[in-house]
Amino acid sequence: MDQFVLPDNQLLGKEQVETEDLPVISQRIQDIIEVLNNFKELGDHERGRSAYVEQLIKDMAVYYGYSEYLLEKLFNLFSVSEALEFFEANEVPRPVTIRTNTLRTRRRDLAQALINRGVNLEPIGKWTKVGLTIFDSTVPVGATPEYLAGHYILQSASSFLPVMALAPQENEKILDMASAPGGKSTYIAALMKNTGIIFANDSNKERTKGLVSNIHRLGIKNTVVCNYDGREFPTVLGGFDRVLLDAPCSGTGVISKDPSVKINKTEKDFILLPHLQKELLLSAIDSVDAKSSKGGYIVYSTCSVTVEENEAVVNYALKKRPNVKLVLTGLDFGREGFTNYRGKVFHPSLKLTRRFYPHVHNMDGFFVSKFKKFSNKYELKRKNDDEDHKVSKTKIDK
Amino acid sequence: MRPLTEDETKVFFEKLSKYIGRNIVHLIDRSDETYYFRLHRDKVYYMSEALMRQAISIGRDQLISLGVCFGKFTKSKKFKLHITALDYLAQYAKYKIWIKPNGENTFLYGNHILKAHLGRITDDTPEHQGVVVYSMSDIPLGFGVTARSTVETRKLQPTDIVAFHQADIGEYLREQDTLF
Repeated sequence: MDQFVLPDNQLLGKEQVETEDLPVISQRIQDIIEVLNNFKELGDHERGRSAYVEQLIKDMAVYYGYSEYLLEKLFNLFSVSEALEFFEANEVPRPVTIRTNTLRTRRRDLAQALINRGVNLEPIGKWTKVGLTIFDSTVPVGATPEYLAGHYILQSASSFLPVMALAPQENEKILDMASAPGGKSTYIAALMKNTGIIFANDSNKERTKGLVSNIHRLGIKNTVVCNYDGREFPTVLGGFDRVLLDAPCSGTGVISKDPSVKINKTEKDFILLPHLQKELLLSAIDSVDAKSSKGGYIVYSTCSVTVEENEAVVNYALKKRPNVKLVLTGLDFGREGFTNYRGKVFHPSLKLTRRFYPHVHNMDGFFVSKFKKFSNKYELKRKNDDEDHKVSKTKIDK
Repeated sequence: MRPLTEDETKVFFEKLSKYIGRNIVHLIDRSDETYYFRLHRDKVYYMSEALMRQAISIGRDQLISLGVCFGKFTKSKKFKLHITALDYLAQYAKYKIWIKPNGENTFLYGNHILKAHLGRITDDTPEHQGVVVYSMSDIPLGFGVTARSTVETRKLQPTDIVAFHQADIGEYLREQDTLF
């Protein structure tokens, strides 16, 4: 086999202007990956590894249609060959999945009813007793009489996870901070068997329509739907046993569902979104009552895979709120969260968080973390922080 | 959110009793917990006392929905039952109609029920009586009003209407924007 030679920049500039020949680029991606996997023997040591990586990122951005900025960000999460798998998986749609509404029916009965209508299905996996994967169907799955009667809801497999991690118990008071369209809220209600109280909040009034619709269709009776900015909690209401925060995010885990993410997310989004997420998470933590007999838990999740929106946010909350700690999510699969990433070192307990990837778990990219709040007070340490802050500030002033 | 006035209660209960008759008592006097009907932005919601007390903290403008919505008062102060009340109507219905599988879809598209699609009907259902509509596998599909009494339906042609459509669960898709 001929040894692959990295094209030099001048040649390349010309090529990019003249032709965007995808087969050529695709071949070059393969070649570069091969070189990178065995750089010692195949690589051009004069130009160095980084030149190859730089070229690879450029080519992949063109080939898969991402902005270079986002592609590099996602590329850095993985090893070189795994990154390729990740981007490939984003081109393929995830299977359609539904969740049985256990308030109305049982999974076995539902599966039978749908099979009779010509739906081809199978349980999602061992980890859930309520999920079904739809392979193909002769009828629209979102409009069968069973669907309209609230026997199931269309819900992606990944969004079962934060609710399972939250593990709500009967008769608790629970807050779902960003709840529309209600897949997770209604799952919480089903696990609580319609007892206790759920506050399903969403900051977007338009989106609460679908939320109210789903709640009624699925026969949920214990829910209050409200329309606040999540950051207004706990001023509005606090003392919850558990809070679920499935935060608004860039959606880098669901690119197969919404490819517009590939180009419309800029550097600014990755500054503004984490900022909002941090504020929301602190509100979520403050809304929980640590003295709750069975509860005192917060679950933070996103459908994004970037570190800025996940580990960094969790790490920030651990620093700002010494009265919480990370605990096991109770999910027995998924990868451990990063404890360090490109020079940033996070709290070692971040390995308790879980990451899910499209190319590994065949579900949307997802992140789940679970906190336990063990005290309602944390004043002392915060004061110190403030003083430190003041001191350093005055020093600068001088 | 406020309790219903006397007039509102009268109008509301009159409508409700068309479907569940005296079973309304079971909604008000419950053995498990006290439940209330409350009015919020012209809509009537049904909720437990605990839920109501907690929801007081939510501002009027921010409160979207709580418990189960039974329906709403029109501008002319009539009451319109919504499909969202179906759970309770189905639980306490006095008169029922079951439709055959081939009639399910037409009903779920908002059509009246024809004799040809009629599977079963409660004996002695009078004319113009509120009825809850079920599939043959006992899934509640909606509600309506009978066109004829049970006895008279036996004489009807297959294409004649036995019950008029009022609400069906297809509205969760068709009317999502106006209903909620």
